[in-house]
Amino acid sequence: MKFIDEYQDNKLARGLAYKIAKRSTKTIRLMEFCGGHTHAILRYGIRQLVPKTVEMRSGPGCPVCVTATADLDKAIALAHLPDVIITTFGDMIRVPGSYSSLQQAKAEGADVRIVYSTIDAVEIAKANPKKSVIFIGIGFETTAPTIAASILKAQQEKIENFYVLSLNKLTPPVMKALLDSGEVKLDGIIGPGHVSVIIGSHPYEFIPRDYRVACVISGFEPLDILLCIDKLVEQIEKGEPKVEIAYPRGVRAGGNRKAWQLTERVFEIGEANWRGIGIVPQSGLKIRKKYERFDADEAFSVSLNLSREPKGCRCGDVIRGAAMPLECKLFRKVCTPESPVGPCMVSSEGACAAYYQYGTPENLQGFKADMEQVDG
Amino acid sequence: MYYRQIWAKIRGAMCLAIPVKIVSIDGDEAETEIAGVRRRVSIALTPEAKLGDYVLLHTGYAIGVIDEAEANETLKLLEEIASLSEVH
Repeated sequence: MKFIDEYQDNKLARGLAYKIAKRSTKTIRLMEFCGGHTHAILRYGIRQLVPKTVEMRSGPGCPVCVTATADLDKAIALAHLPDVIITTFGDMIRVPGSYSSLQQAKAEGADVRIVYSTIDAVEIAKANPKKSVIFIGIGFETTAPTIAASILKAQQEKIENFYVLSLNKLTPPVMKALLDSGEVKLDGIIGPGHVSVIIGSHPYEFIPRDYRVACVISGFEPLDILLCIDKLVEQIEKGEPKVEIAYPRGVRAGGNRKAWQLTERVFEIGEANWRGIGIVPQSGLKIRKKYERFDADEAFSVSLNLSREPKGCRCGDVIRGAAMPLECKLFRKVCTPESPVGPCMVSSEGACAAYYQYGTPENLQGFKADMEQVDG
Repeated sequence: MYYRQIWAKIRGAMCLAIPVKIVSIDGDEAETEIAGVRRRVSIALTPEAKLGDYVLLHTGYAIGVIDEAEANETLKLLEEIASLSEVH
Protein backbone atom coordinates (compact mmCIF):
# COMPACT_ATOMS: atom_id res chain seq x y z
CA MET A 1 0.00 0.00 0.00
CA LYS A 2 1.23 3.41 -0.93
CA PHE A 3 2.82 5.44 1.89
CA ILE A 4 3.01 2.35 4.08
CA ASP A 5 4.98 -0.44 2.37
CA GLU A 6 7.87 1.71 1.17
CA TYR A 7 8.51 2.84 4.75
CA GLN A 8 8.96 -0.75 5.92
CA ASP A 9 11.83 -1.67 3.58
CA ASN A 10 14.43 -3.92 5.17
CA LYS A 11 17.45 -2.70 3.25
CA LEU A 12 16.72 0.95 3.95
CA ALA A 13 16.19 0.13 7.63
CA ARG A 14 19.62 -1.48 7.82
CA GLY A 15 21.15 1.59 6.21
CA LEU A 16 19.61 3.83 8.84
CA ALA A 17 20.54 1.50 11.68
CA TYR A 18 24.15 1.54 10.48
CA LYS A 19 24.14 5.33 10.36
CA ILE A 20 22.69 5.65 13.86
CA ALA A 21 25.20 3.16 15.30
CA LYS A 22 28.09 4.99 13.66
CA ARG A 23 26.94 8.36 14.91
CA SER A 24 26.01 7.47 18.48
CA THR A 25 28.73 7.83 21.12
CA LYS A 26 26.87 9.26 24.12
CA THR A 27 24.52 7.19 26.25
CA ILE A 28 21.14 8.86 25.84
CA ARG A 29 17.52 8.38 26.85
CA LEU A 30 14.66 9.03 24.46
CA MET A 31 10.95 9.00 25.17
CA GLU A 32 8.39 8.11 22.58
CA PHE A 33 5.39 10.17 23.64
CA CYS A 34 2.86 8.28 21.60
CA GLY A 35 1.51 4.81 22.32
CA GLY A 36 1.33 4.15 18.59
CA HIS A 37 5.10 4.59 18.49
CA THR A 38 5.59 2.22 21.43
CA HIS A 39 3.69 -0.46 19.57
CA ALA A 40 5.59 0.09 16.31
CA ILE A 41 8.97 0.10 18.11
CA LEU A 42 8.27 -3.26 19.70
CA ARG A 43 6.44 -4.78 16.77
CA TYR A 44 9.21 -4.04 14.25
CA GLY A 45 12.07 -4.82 16.64
CA ILE A 46 13.49 -1.31 16.51
CA ARG A 47 15.15 -1.87 19.88
CA GLN A 48 17.34 -4.47 18.19
CA LEU A 49 18.28 -2.08 15.39
CA VAL A 50 19.51 0.80 17.54
CA PRO A 51 22.76 0.70 19.53
CA LYS A 52 22.83 0.03 23.26
CA THR A 53 23.73 3.66 23.85
CA VAL A 54 20.13 4.60 23.01
CA GLU A 55 17.67 3.87 25.81
CA MET A 56 13.99 4.19 25.07
CA ARG A 57 11.08 4.94 27.39
CA SER A 58 7.38 4.98 26.70
CA GLY A 59 5.45 8.14 27.52
CA PRO A 60 1.88 9.17 28.31
CA GLY A 61 0.55 9.14 24.74
CA CYS A 62 -2.23 6.63 25.18
CA PRO A 63 -5.60 8.39 25.56
CA VAL A 64 -7.31 5.45 27.19
CA CYS A 65 -4.44 4.97 29.66
CA VAL A 66 -4.25 8.59 30.82
CA THR A 67 -7.98 8.84 31.51
CA ALA A 68 -8.21 9.23 35.27
CA THR A 69 -10.07 6.56 37.20
CA ALA A 70 -12.42 9.24 38.61
CA ASP A 71 -13.40 10.26 35.05
CA LEU A 72 -13.93 6.65 34.05
CA ASP A 73 -16.11 6.18 37.14
CA LYS A 74 -18.19 9.13 35.96
CA ALA A 75 -18.65 7.53 32.52
CA ILE A 76 -19.77 4.30 34.17
CA ALA A 77 -22.21 6.18 36.44
CA LEU A 78 -23.64 7.98 33.38
CA ALA A 79 -24.14 4.58 31.71
CA HIS A 80 -26.40 3.53 34.59
CA LEU A 81 -28.73 6.53 34.22
CA PRO A 82 -32.13 5.71 32.70
CA ASP A 83 -32.63 6.30 28.95
CA VAL A 84 -28.95 6.91 28.33
CA ILE A 85 -26.89 5.38 25.54
CA ILE A 86 -23.13 5.58 26.04
CA THR A 87 -21.06 5.65 22.87
CA THR A 88 -17.31 5.17 23.10
CA PHE A 89 -14.18 4.08 21.27
CA GLY A 90 -13.58 0.35 21.66
CA ASP A 91 -10.72 0.13 24.13
CA MET A 92 -12.47 2.22 26.74
CA ILE A 93 -15.13 -0.32 27.62
CA ARG A 94 -12.71 -2.88 29.06
CA VAL A 95 -10.79 -0.51 31.33
CA PRO A 96 -11.47 -1.27 34.98
CA GLY A 97 -12.78 1.71 36.95
CA SER A 98 -12.79 1.84 40.76
CA TYR A 99 -15.71 -0.51 41.16
CA SER A 100 -16.84 -1.56 37.68
CA SER A 101 -16.18 -1.05 33.97
CA LEU A 102 -18.31 0.06 31.02
CA GLN A 103 -18.33 -3.56 29.90
CA GLN A 104 -19.68 -4.66 33.27
CA ALA A 105 -22.27 -1.87 33.17
CA LYS A 106 -23.34 -3.19 29.76
CA ALA A 107 -23.62 -6.71 31.17
CA GLU A 108 -25.82 -5.27 33.94
CA GLY A 109 -28.19 -3.81 31.35
CA ALA A 110 -26.75 -0.41 30.50
CA ASP A 111 -26.76 0.55 26.82
CA VAL A 112 -23.07 0.94 25.94
CA ARG A 113 -22.10 0.96 22.27
CA ILE A 114 -18.70 0.94 20.61
CA VAL A 115 -18.32 3.40 17.77
CA TYR A 116 -15.51 3.86 15.28
CA SER A 117 -16.19 7.57 14.81
CA THR A 118 -18.07 10.46 16.39
CA ILE A 119 -20.13 10.43 13.17
CA ASP A 120 -21.58 7.07 14.29
CA ALA A 121 -22.42 8.52 17.71
CA VAL A 122 -24.39 11.37 16.12
CA GLU A 123 -26.20 8.85 13.91
CA ILE A 124 -27.16 6.82 16.98
CA ALA A 125 -28.56 10.02 18.54
CA LYS A 126 -30.61 10.68 15.40
CA ALA A 127 -31.97 7.13 15.39
CA ASN A 128 -32.89 7.23 19.10
CA PRO A 129 -34.58 10.60 19.69
CA LYS A 130 -36.08 9.51 23.01
CA LYS A 131 -32.72 8.56 24.50
CA SER A 132 -29.80 10.72 25.58
CA VAL A 133 -26.70 9.70 23.66
CA ILE A 134 -23.43 10.51 25.43
CA PHE A 135 -20.10 10.21 23.65
CA ILE A 136 -17.11 9.61 25.92
CA GLY A 137 -14.74 12.15 24.44
CA ILE A 138 -11.23 10.90 25.02
CA GLY A 139 -8.16 11.54 22.88
CA PHE A 140 -5.51 14.14 22.17
CA GLU A 141 -5.32 16.93 19.60
CA THR A 142 -5.71 14.37 16.80
CA THR A 143 -9.19 13.40 17.93
CA ALA A 144 -10.42 16.70 19.41
CA PRO A 145 -11.29 18.26 16.00
CA THR A 146 -13.46 15.25 15.13
CA ILE A 147 -15.35 15.67 18.41
CA ALA A 148 -15.72 19.41 17.80
CA ALA A 149 -17.04 18.61 14.31
CA SER A 150 -19.63 16.23 15.80
CA ILE A 151 -20.89 18.90 18.19
CA LEU A 152 -21.17 21.43 15.36
CA LYS A 153 -22.96 18.85 13.22
CA ALA A 154 -25.42 18.10 16.03
CA GLN A 155 -26.06 21.83 16.43
CA GLN A 156 -26.53 22.33 12.70
CA GLU A 157 -28.93 19.41 12.43
CA LYS A 158 -30.73 20.44 15.64
CA ILE A 159 -30.07 17.13 17.35
CA GLU A 160 -31.17 17.74 20.93
CA ASN A 161 -30.15 14.45 22.51
CA PHE A 162 -26.42 14.31 21.74
CA TYR A 163 -23.88 14.99 24.52
CA VAL A 164 -20.14 14.76 24.94
CA LEU A 165 -18.28 13.99 28.16
CA SER A 166 -15.18 15.99 27.34
CA LEU A 167 -12.04 14.29 28.62
CA ASN A 168 -9.84 15.48 25.77
CA LYS A 169 -6.24 16.21 26.64
CA LEU A 170 -3.41 18.29 25.21
CA THR A 171 0.09 17.09 24.47
CA PRO A 172 2.57 19.99 24.97
CA PRO A 173 1.35 20.87 28.51
CA VAL A 174 1.85 17.32 29.76
CA MET A 175 5.31 17.16 28.18
CA LYS A 176 6.08 20.32 30.15
CA ALA A 177 4.72 18.73 33.34
CA LEU A 178 6.93 15.65 32.85
CA LEU A 179 10.02 17.74 32.10
CA ASP A 180 9.30 20.01 35.10
CA SER A 181 9.02 17.05 37.46
CA GLY A 182 12.51 15.89 36.47
CA GLU A 183 11.58 12.36 37.52
CA VAL A 184 12.84 10.83 34.28
CA LYS A 185 15.82 12.57 32.74
CA LEU A 186 15.40 12.80 28.98
CA ASP A 187 17.73 13.77 26.16
CA GLY A 188 15.19 13.61 23.37
CA ILE A 189 11.51 13.18 22.60
CA ILE A 190 10.04 11.27 19.68
CA GLY A 191 7.20 13.69 18.93
CA PRO A 192 3.67 12.44 18.21
CA GLY A 193 3.08 12.34 14.45
CA HIS A 194 -0.66 12.63 14.18
CA VAL A 195 -1.11 15.10 17.04
CA SER A 196 1.34 17.23 15.05
CA VAL A 197 -0.64 16.86 11.82
CA ILE A 198 -3.19 19.02 13.66
CA ILE A 199 -1.07 21.36 15.83
CA GLY A 200 2.14 21.52 13.77
CA SER A 201 5.62 21.76 15.25
CA HIS A 202 5.62 25.23 16.85
CA PRO A 203 3.92 24.27 20.15
CA TYR A 204 6.99 22.13 21.00
CA GLU A 205 9.52 24.95 20.66
CA PHE A 206 9.74 25.35 24.45
CA ILE A 207 11.25 21.87 24.78
CA PRO A 208 14.70 22.61 23.28
CA ARG A 209 14.55 26.27 24.39
CA ASP A 210 13.70 25.80 28.08
CA TYR A 211 14.89 22.25 28.76
CA ARG A 212 17.66 21.66 26.18
CA VAL A 213 15.86 18.48 25.11
CA ALA A 214 15.71 17.47 21.44
CA CYS A 215 12.28 16.92 19.85
CA VAL A 216 11.74 15.25 16.47
CA ILE A 217 8.25 14.51 15.16
CA SER A 218 7.94 11.03 13.72
CA GLY A 219 5.62 8.98 11.53
CA PHE A 220 4.54 5.50 12.51
CA GLU A 221 6.24 3.16 10.05
CA PRO A 222 9.56 1.61 11.11
CA LEU A 223 11.65 3.73 8.73
CA ASP A 224 9.94 6.88 10.00
CA ILE A 225 10.89 6.01 13.56
CA LEU A 226 14.50 5.12 12.65
CA LEU A 227 14.86 8.36 10.73
CA CYS A 228 13.53 10.24 13.76
CA ILE A 229 15.99 8.46 16.08
CA ASP A 230 18.82 9.30 13.67
CA LYS A 231 17.92 13.00 13.78
CA LEU A 232 17.60 12.93 17.58
CA VAL A 233 21.01 11.26 17.97
CA GLU A 234 22.53 13.81 15.60
CA GLN A 235 21.10 16.75 17.57
CA ILE A 236 22.15 15.31 20.91
CA GLU A 237 25.68 14.42 19.74
CA LYS A 238 26.13 17.97 18.46
CA GLY A 239 24.59 19.47 21.59
CA GLU A 240 22.12 21.42 19.47
CA PRO A 241 18.60 20.44 20.49
CA LYS A 242 15.78 21.76 18.33
CA VAL A 243 12.35 20.83 16.95
CA GLU A 244 12.46 18.93 13.67
CA ILE A 245 9.87 17.18 11.54
CA ALA A 246 10.94 13.72 10.37
CA TYR A 247 7.45 13.08 8.96
CA PRO A 248 7.10 15.87 6.39
CA ARG A 249 4.67 13.94 4.20
CA GLY A 250 2.10 14.26 6.99
CA VAL A 251 3.15 17.18 9.20
CA ARG A 252 3.52 20.84 8.25
CA ALA A 253 5.03 23.30 10.71
CA GLY A 254 1.74 25.22 10.92
CA GLY A 255 -0.43 22.11 11.38
CA ASN A 256 -4.00 21.81 10.10
CA ARG A 257 -5.29 25.30 10.89
CA LYS A 258 -8.86 24.59 9.82
CA ALA A 259 -9.08 21.60 12.17
CA TRP A 260 -7.62 23.53 15.10
CA GLN A 261 -9.86 26.56 14.50
CA LEU A 262 -12.87 24.26 14.63
CA THR A 263 -11.57 22.78 17.90
CA GLU A 264 -11.10 26.23 19.43
CA ARG A 265 -14.58 27.25 18.38
CA VAL A 266 -16.14 24.49 20.46
CA PHE A 267 -13.60 24.00 23.24
CA GLU A 268 -11.65 26.18 25.63
CA ILE A 269 -8.52 25.17 27.45
CA GLY A 270 -8.81 24.11 31.07
CA GLU A 271 -7.16 21.78 33.55
CA ALA A 272 -7.29 18.01 33.13
CA ASN A 273 -6.82 15.04 35.42
CA TRP A 274 -4.22 12.55 34.14
CA ARG A 275 -3.78 9.07 35.51
CA GLY A 276 -0.42 8.79 37.21
CA ILE A 277 0.29 12.51 36.87
CA GLY A 278 -2.69 14.26 38.48
CA ILE A 279 -4.18 17.63 37.61
CA VAL A 280 -2.16 19.42 34.94
CA PRO A 281 -3.17 23.04 34.31
CA GLN A 282 -4.05 24.08 30.76
CA SER A 283 -3.87 20.47 29.55
CA GLY A 284 -7.51 19.70 28.83
CA LEU A 285 -10.37 20.81 26.61
CA LYS A 286 -13.67 21.95 28.09
CA ILE A 287 -16.80 22.64 26.06
CA ARG A 288 -17.41 26.40 25.73
CA LYS A 289 -20.49 27.95 27.33
CA LYS A 290 -21.98 28.60 23.90
CA TYR A 291 -22.19 24.83 23.34
CA GLU A 292 -22.98 23.82 26.93
CA ARG A 293 -26.19 22.08 25.96
CA PHE A 294 -23.97 19.37 24.44
CA ASP A 295 -21.87 19.12 27.60
CA ALA A 296 -22.64 15.93 29.53
CA ASP A 297 -21.07 17.50 32.64
CA GLU A 298 -23.70 20.28 32.52
CA ALA A 299 -26.68 18.13 31.53
CA PHE A 300 -26.31 15.22 33.94
CA SER A 301 -25.29 14.93 37.52
CA VAL A 302 -24.10 11.72 39.05
CA SER A 303 -22.86 11.03 42.55
CA LEU A 304 -19.54 9.28 42.75
CA ASN A 305 -17.74 7.39 45.46
CA LEU A 306 -14.09 8.16 46.03
CA SER A 307 -12.09 6.62 43.21
CA ARG A 308 -9.42 4.05 43.89
CA GLU A 309 -6.61 2.64 41.80
CA PRO A 310 -6.20 -1.08 41.19
CA LYS A 311 -3.90 -2.55 43.86
CA GLY A 312 -0.35 -3.17 42.68
CA CYS A 313 -0.97 -1.68 39.23
CA ARG A 314 1.89 0.55 38.07
CA CYS A 315 0.14 2.08 35.06
CA GLY A 316 0.69 5.54 36.54
CA ASP A 317 4.47 4.99 36.70
CA VAL A 318 4.49 3.46 33.20
CA ILE A 319 2.62 6.49 31.81
CA ARG A 320 5.25 8.86 33.23
CA GLY A 321 8.07 6.71 31.85
CA ALA A 322 9.22 6.13 35.44
CA ALA A 323 8.79 2.36 35.19
CA MET A 324 8.94 -0.22 32.42
CA PRO A 325 5.97 -2.56 32.12
CA LEU A 326 8.36 -5.41 33.01
CA GLU A 327 9.05 -3.78 36.36
CA CYS A 328 5.43 -4.20 37.43
CA LYS A 329 4.94 -7.28 39.55
CA LEU A 330 1.53 -7.93 38.01
CA PHE A 331 2.79 -7.90 34.39
CA ARG A 332 2.13 -11.18 32.58
CA LYS A 333 1.37 -12.92 35.88
CA VAL A 334 -1.87 -11.36 37.08
CA CYS A 335 -2.32 -8.71 34.41
CA THR A 336 -2.80 -9.94 30.82
CA PRO A 337 -4.78 -8.65 27.83
CA GLU A 338 -7.47 -11.23 28.61
CA SER A 339 -7.78 -10.09 32.20
CA PRO A 340 -6.25 -6.61 32.44
CA VAL A 341 -5.73 -4.91 35.80
CA GLY A 342 -4.93 -1.47 34.41
CA PRO A 343 -5.59 0.47 31.19
CA CYS A 344 -2.01 0.14 29.88
CA MET A 345 -2.71 -3.57 29.33
CA VAL A 346 -6.15 -2.95 27.77
CA SER A 347 -5.49 -0.31 25.17
CA SER A 348 -4.12 -1.04 21.73
CA GLU A 349 -1.84 1.90 22.42
CA GLY A 350 -0.92 0.93 25.99
CA ALA A 351 2.73 0.23 26.75
CA CYS A 352 1.99 -2.92 28.77
CA ALA A 353 -0.09 -4.37 25.92
CA ALA A 354 2.79 -3.68 23.49
CA TYR A 355 5.37 -5.32 25.76
CA TYR A 356 3.04 -8.27 26.29
CA GLN A 357 2.33 -8.77 22.62
CA TYR A 358 5.76 -8.19 21.11
CA GLY A 359 8.14 -8.42 24.06
CA THR A 360 10.34 -11.37 23.16
CA PRO A 361 13.61 -11.48 25.13
CA GLU A 362 15.58 -10.45 21.98
CA ASN A 363 13.23 -7.58 21.41
CA LEU A 364 13.75 -6.30 24.92
CA GLN A 365 17.53 -6.40 24.86
CA GLY A 366 18.89 -3.20 26.24
CA PHE A 367 16.03 -2.63 28.61
CA LYS A 368 17.17 -2.28 32.16
CA ALA A 369 14.48 -4.53 33.52
CA ASP A 370 15.40 -7.88 34.91
CA MET A 371 15.22 -10.35 32.04
CA GLU A 372 14.16 -13.13 34.37
CA GLN A 373 10.84 -11.39 34.66
CA VAL A 374 10.43 -11.72 30.91
CA ASP A 375 11.16 -15.42 30.96
CA GLY A 376 8.86 -15.97 33.93
CA MET B 1 -0.49 -6.30 5.66
CA TYR B 2 -4.04 -7.46 4.99
CA TYR B 3 -6.84 -4.95 5.07
CA ARG B 4 -8.41 -6.63 8.06
CA GLN B 5 -5.28 -5.89 10.04
CA ILE B 6 -5.29 -2.31 8.79
CA TRP B 7 -8.85 -1.72 9.88
CA ALA B 8 -8.18 -3.42 13.19
CA LYS B 9 -5.17 -1.15 13.59
CA ILE B 10 -7.04 2.09 13.03
CA ARG B 11 -10.23 1.09 14.77
CA GLY B 12 -8.62 0.68 18.15
CA ALA B 13 -5.89 3.24 18.07
CA MET B 14 -6.46 6.90 18.65
CA CYS B 15 -3.14 8.35 17.63
CA LEU B 16 -3.02 6.34 14.45
CA ALA B 17 -4.17 7.46 11.06
CA ILE B 18 -3.84 5.56 7.81
CA PRO B 19 -3.25 6.88 4.28
CA VAL B 20 -6.29 6.31 2.06
CA LYS B 21 -6.91 7.48 -1.50
CA ILE B 22 -9.87 9.71 -2.37
CA VAL B 23 -11.83 8.17 -5.25
CA SER B 24 -14.87 10.47 -5.23
CA ILE B 25 -16.04 13.58 -3.40
CA ASP B 26 -19.58 14.50 -2.39
CA GLY B 27 -19.76 17.76 -0.42
CA ASP B 28 -17.79 17.33 2.80
CA GLU B 29 -17.75 13.55 2.43
CA ALA B 30 -15.50 11.41 0.27
CA GLU B 31 -15.29 7.82 -0.84
CA THR B 32 -11.81 6.52 -0.03
CA GLU B 33 -9.94 3.36 -0.86
CA ILE B 34 -7.14 1.33 0.66
CA ALA B 35 -6.08 -2.17 -0.45
CA GLY B 36 -9.32 -2.61 -2.39
CA VAL B 37 -11.51 -1.66 0.57
CA ARG B 38 -13.72 1.40 0.25
CA ARG B 39 -14.97 3.61 3.01
CA ARG B 40 -16.94 6.85 3.21
CA VAL B 41 -15.17 9.45 5.31
CA SER B 42 -15.66 13.07 6.30
CA ILE B 43 -13.36 15.63 4.68
CA ALA B 44 -14.80 18.49 6.74
CA LEU B 45 -11.38 19.00 8.36
CA THR B 46 -9.48 18.92 5.05
CA PRO B 47 -11.51 21.02 2.59
CA GLU B 48 -8.39 21.30 0.39
CA ALA B 49 -8.44 17.53 -0.36
CA LYS B 50 -8.84 16.74 -4.07
CA LEU B 51 -9.75 13.68 -6.10
CA GLY B 52 -6.76 11.32 -6.20
CA ASP B 53 -5.16 12.79 -3.05
CA TYR B 54 -4.10 10.55 -0.23
CA VAL B 55 -5.44 11.65 3.14
CA LEU B 56 -4.68 10.50 6.67
CA LEU B 57 -7.84 8.85 7.96
CA HIS B 58 -8.48 9.02 11.70
CA THR B 59 -11.76 7.92 13.35
CA GLY B 60 -13.82 8.55 10.22
CA TYR B 61 -12.27 11.93 9.39
CA ALA B 62 -9.49 12.90 7.01
CA ILE B 63 -7.19 14.93 9.26
CA GLY B 64 -4.49 15.86 6.73
CA VAL B 65 -3.54 15.56 3.10
CA ILE B 66 -0.34 13.64 2.35
CA ASP B 67 2.33 15.68 0.62
CA GLU B 68 3.57 13.38 -2.18
CA ALA B 69 6.59 15.53 -2.99
CA GLU B 70 7.74 15.36 0.64
CA ALA B 71 7.09 11.61 0.70
CA ASN B 72 9.37 11.17 -2.33
CA GLU B 73 12.04 13.41 -0.78
CA THR B 74 12.06 11.27 2.37
CA LEU B 75 12.41 8.08 0.32
CA LYS B 76 15.25 9.59 -1.67
CA LEU B 77 17.00 10.51 1.58
CA LEU B 78 16.52 7.00 2.95
CA GLU B 79 17.94 5.46 -0.24
CA GLU B 80 20.96 7.73 -0.06
CA ILE B 81 21.60 6.71 3.53
CA ALA B 82 21.29 3.01 2.58
CA SER B 83 23.71 3.37 -0.35
CA LEU B 84 26.23 5.18 1.83
CA SER B 85 26.16 2.45 4.45
CA GLU B 86 26.88 -0.19 1.77
CA VAL B 87 30.12 1.48 0.79
CA HIS B 88 31.61 0.92 4.23
